[in-house]
Amino acid sequence: MDTKRKGLITTRRGALRGMGAAGLLLAAPGLVGRAVAQSGDIIRLGAPFHRTGIGASYGRWYEQTANAAVKLINEAGGINGMQVEMIVEDDGTDPARGVQVMEKFSAEHKVDAVFGHLFSHVVAATAARAGELKMPYFICSEAHTLAAGALNRYVFQPSITDVKSQVISMAPWISQNLGKKVTLIYPDFAFGYDHRDNFTAAIAAQGGSIVANIAIPPTETSFTRYLPQIPADTDVIYHVMVGPAVLTFVKELGDYLGSSGPKLFGFMDSLEAVRTDIEALSFLEGSYFWEAMPRYAQANQTEFDKFFREKVGVDASGAAVGDENDVSTYSHMFSVWETLFAMKQAMELSGYKGPDQKQAMLEAMESITSFAESNEFPQGDKVFNGKTHQSFGHQNISKVVSGKLEVVYRTTIEETLYEDEVDYTTMSF
Amino acid sequence: MMSPSKKLLLLCLAVLAVLFLLQFVMPSYFVLTLTRIMIFAIFAMGYNLLMGYTGLLSLGHAMFFAVGLYASGLASYYWGLPLFWSFLFGIAASAAASTLIAFLALKTQTVAFMIVTLMFSQVAYLSILQFSHVTGGDQGLTLPPESRSFGFLGMTLDMTSEATRYNIAFVVFAAVLLLTYAVTKGPFGRLLIAVRENESRTEMLGFNTYVIKLVAFVLSGTISGVAGALNGLIFGYIGSSSADFGNSIEPLLFTLVGGAGTLLGPLVGTALMTLLIDRLSGFTTAYLIVIGIILIVMTLWLPKGILGTVRDRWAKWLN
Amino acid sequence: MDLAPFLLLAALEGLVQASVLTLTALGLSIVFGVMRVVNVAHGEFFMLGAVGAYVCASLLPGPAWLTFAGALVMAPLCVGALAILADWAMLKRINYNPEATIVSTIGLMYILQQMTLITFGPNAQAVNPPFSYTIRTPWFGYSSYKLFIVLVTIVIVIALWQLLRKSRIGLLMRATQYDKDTAQNFGIPVARVYSGVFAVGAMLAAIAGVLIVPIRQADYLMGHDPLLLSFVVVIVGGIGSIPGTIAAAILIGMSDGLLSVMLSPTLAKIASTLLVALVLVFKPEGLFGKSARQ
Repeated sequence: MDTKRKGLITTRRGALRGMGAAGLLLAAPGLVGRAVAQSGDIIRLGAPFHRTGIGASYGRWYEQTANAAVKLINEAGGINGMQVEMIVEDDGTDPARGVQVMEKFSAEHKVDAVFGHLFSHVVAATAARAGELKMPYFICSEAHTLAAGALNRYVFQPSITDVKSQVISMAPWISQNLGKKVTLIYPDFAFGYDHRDNFTAAIAAQGGSIVANIAIPPTETSFTRYLPQIPADTDVIYHVMVGPAVLTFVKELGDYLGSSGPKLFGFMDSLEAVRTDIEALSFLEGSYFWEAMPRYAQANQTEFDKFFREKVGVDASGAAVGDENDVSTYSHMFSVWETLFAMKQAMELSGYKGPDQKQAMLEAMESITSFAESNEFPQGDKVFNGKTHQSFGHQNISKVVSGKLEVVYRTTIEETLYEDEVDYTTMSF
Repeated sequence: MMSPSKKLLLLCLAVLAVLFLLQFVMPSYFVLTLTRIMIFAIFAMGYNLLMGYTGLLSLGHAMFFAVGLYASGLASYYWGLPLFWSFLFGIAASAAASTLIAFLALKTQTVAFMIVTLMFSQVAYLSILQFSHVTGGDQGLTLPPESRSFGFLGMTLDMTSEATRYNIAFVVFAAVLLLTYAVTKGPFGRLLIAVRENESRTEMLGFNTYVIKLVAFVLSGTISGVAGALNGLIFGYIGSSSADFGNSIEPLLFTLVGGAGTLLGPLVGTALMTLLIDRLSGFTTAYLIVIGIILIVMTLWLPKGILGTVRDRWAKWLN
Repeated sequence: MDLAPFLLLAALEGLVQASVLTLTALGLSIVFGVMRVVNVAHGEFFMLGAVGAYVCASLLPGPAWLTFAGALVMAPLCVGALAILADWAMLKRINYNPEATIVSTIGLMYILQQMTLITFGPNAQAVNPPFSYTIRTPWFGYSSYKLFIVLVTIVIVIALWQLLRKSRIGLLMRATQYDKDTAQNFGIPVARVYSGVFAVGAMLAAIAGVLIVPIRQADYLMGHDPLLLSFVVVIVGGIGSIPGTIAAAILIGMSDGLLSVMLSPTLAKIASTLLVALVLVFKPEGLFGKSARQ
C-alpha cells in the first residue's frame, strides 16, 4: 500500500506542478518544467497503462500488479541502490494518445524506461516513437510484431510469449486430442490475423486443415448471424475474441449449437476479467482454453504462484481478495511483474546508474538467455532470445470443469520455439 | 484609429511571433506539445471556416484529416515520394475528396448534413480497416527511417529533430492562419457570414449560395487535410484512429471552446483543451469528467467560446 | 446450412436488432421531433439502463425474472429522473439552442461514461435472462428470450402510440412540436412538456438497455453504437415521424443482418453506411418523412 500511496502522491504532485506549468505557459515560459527533470538518485519508470478505453479492464490489473512489484523491489533496496519510482499515465487504449504519453515520459518526466503496453495497435504506434526518442520500451503485449522484426532495437518483450509461439505450441495438442478439421473464429484486426495465419500454418504441419475462417469485426455485438458459416464437418472450433462482447459470443454459440456441436478450444484473452463459473458461460463446460498462467490455483501450485497471488492481492480463483466478481487478467498481468524484474536484472548486469547508460542496459538485456522460475518469474522458467528480443515460456491448456479451469497439459518451452525472423542486435542504436 | 481588420492582423502577427519565440524558452516537452497543438489548430481552423463562418456543422471532418494523412503517408511509404511531394499529394487528395463529398453533402441541410458527413466519415474509417493490407488496418503504418528527412532549398530537414518539426508546423500554421485571415476578411468572408446569418436573403440578393458553400466546404476540407498530412509526415505514423468519430468531434470542441467564427478561436481552444487533457490524464482517469464539466460550463456561461465572449464584451474587432 | 434456415436465422436476428433499435431511436426521435435538439448523450441513457439492470440483478433478492422485472421498472425511472435533472440544469438554461445542446450533451456523455467507469468498473457484467429456454429447430437453436425482446418492444410501441395519439399528454406534445410559441400562448406549459419529453426519450433508451443486457452484458462504453445507429434511423425515418422511425429501424436492422450474410462483415457495414448516406443525400427529408417544418 505504501508504495501505491507514494506513487499516487508523487504523480499527483507531478501533475499539480504540471498544472501550474500550464498556467505559467504564456506568462513565464522559461520557468516551466525545469524542476521536473532530475536524475541520478532514483530510477524512474514510465508506465502507460490502459486506464480507460477498451483495454481498461486489463489496465487496472496491470497497474495493480506493477504497484506490487515495484513495492517489492523497493523494499529489497531498489535497483543498484536506487529506489524505483513508477509514473503512470493513461493512454486511453488509443494509439495517438500512446505516442503522446511516450513523448511525455521521455521529454517531461525523463524516465529511464517505459513498460507495460498491451494492445497491439497502441504498441505498433508507440514503438516507432520509442525508437526515435531512444527510449527503452518493454512491452507486455503478446504481439508477434516485435519478433517479426517490425519494431526496433529499443523494444523488448521479456516475459509474455508472443501469439505465434502460443499458437504453434497449441496446434499439436489440438490435432491429437480434439480433431483435425478446425473452424477459426477471430476478431477482424491484426491480433486476429496473427492467430489465423500462424494457426493455419501450424495445424497444416500437423496434418490438419482449416475448414472455415470467420472474422468478426471488433465492434460487433451480436454473433448469431455469423454462426451458420461453421461447416457441419467441423471437429474443433478455435475461438479467440476480445472485448466486452465475449459473453454474448459464447452464449449465442451455445444457443446455436446446442449440446451436439464440435469441440471448443479458446484463448483466455476472451475471458480475462470475466468469471468462468457463471450461468451465461455454462456452455463452456468441458471445453478447453489456452492459459499463459493458470487462473485457478492448481493442485500442484508452486510456491512462486502463491507468493505472486498474495502480493498482488488475488485469491486462489484468480479474483481480487474479498470480491469474487472482480476477476483479474491472470493470463496476462504476470508479464508486468516479470518484466519489471527482467528490467531490474538488466540494470544490475550493466551497473546502470542513469539515462546515459541506457545502451549498456539494453545490451545487457540482449545478453540474457534465460530466466529461472522464482518469485520474480512466477509464471515459469523462460528462454530469452536476445536477437528477437522475445521471451519463450511454458503454455498451459486448461479444461473447464464445474466452471473452474483445470490444467490438463503444460507445454515444454521447446514446443513454443520457431526460427528467428530478425536480429535486432545487428541494428544500430 | 486603426481599422478593425488591421488590428486583428497585428494581433495575428504578434501571436505568430510569440509562437516562434516560445521554442527557445520552453522545455522540450512543451515544444513537442505545442507542435501538436499547432497541427490540430490548423485542423480546427479549417473546421471553423465551415462551422464558424459559414454555419455548416459537419460531424465528419476526421475523414478529410485522414485523407490527407493516408494519401501523404502511403505515398511516402509505398512510392518513396520525397516528403515535400507527399505533403502536396496529401493536400491534393484531400481537396479532391472534399470536393466530391461537398457535392453530395451540400444537397442536405442542418441535421441531415451532420449525419451525412458523419456517415461518409464512417465509410472512410471502415474502408481503412477493410483494406488493411494496404493501410495497415488498426495497427497503422510507421514510416521507415529513410523517409523521415528530406532536402528542401539546399537544407536537409530531419523530421526526427524537435526543432525541425516545430518550425515546419509553425510555418504551415502561419500560412494557414494568414490564409484564413485573407479569406474571412475579404469579400468572400462576408459572403460566408451572410450565408450563415440568412441564407435565403443572401440568395435573393443575387448570390449563388450553393457555390459559396461549396467553396467554403472544399477550403475547409483541404485545410483539414493539410493538418492530417502534416501530422502523418511529422510524426511518422499513420493510423486508423485519425478517421474515427472522436477525431471529428475534436475540431468541433476546439472551435467551440475557443470561439466559433473568430480567427484565433481555434488556436485558443486547441491549446487550452490539449494542455488540459495532457495535464489531467497524469493524475486522474477522471480527466474526461473534467472535460465534460468544462463543456457544460462553457455552454451555460460562455456560449460563444472564449474569444467569442471577449469579442462581444470588449473587443469588437476580434472577429 | 441450407439457404432457407440461414435466411430465417438472419431474419430473426435482424428482428431482434430492429426491436432494440426501434426503442432507442424512438426516444431520440421524440426528443428530436418535439424539442428540435440532438441529444448526444442518448447512448449513455441506454448504457445506464443496462448498468441499472445489472445493479438491480446483483442487489435485489429473488429469482431472475423478478429482479429483471424490477430492473425494467426501476432503471428507466432512475434514468428518467436523471434526464429531468439534465434538462433543468443544462438544456433549459441554454434555451435549447441546437448547437449548444450538442456541445453540452457531449459533455454529459463524457461525465456519465466516466462516472460509470469509476463506480461500476471497466468490466463487462452479465445479467441472467429472466428465463433461458432455447427453441430448437432442426438446423439451429435460438434463445426464446430474444423473441421476448421483440414482444416487449411491440407492447411498448403500441402503448406509446396510444399515449401520443389518444391522451392529453400526447396532444400537448404535438401542439408544442407543431408550434412552440403558439402553444405557449395557449397556456401549454412548454417547459414542462420539454422536460417530460426529454425524460420519456431517455426512458425509452433505458428500457432498450435493460432488455439487451441479458443477451449482451453491460459495459460503460456500450452507448456508442446505438447512438450512431439511432441517429441514422431517425434521419432515414424522417424527423419526428414515429411510424417512419419504426419502419427505418426495421429496414436498417434487417438489412444489416441480411447484408452481412452476403458480404464480409466490414464490407457489409461500408455498403450499408454508404447506402444510407446516399439515401439521405438524394432524399434528405428521409424515406418516410414529410419535409420537416423549420
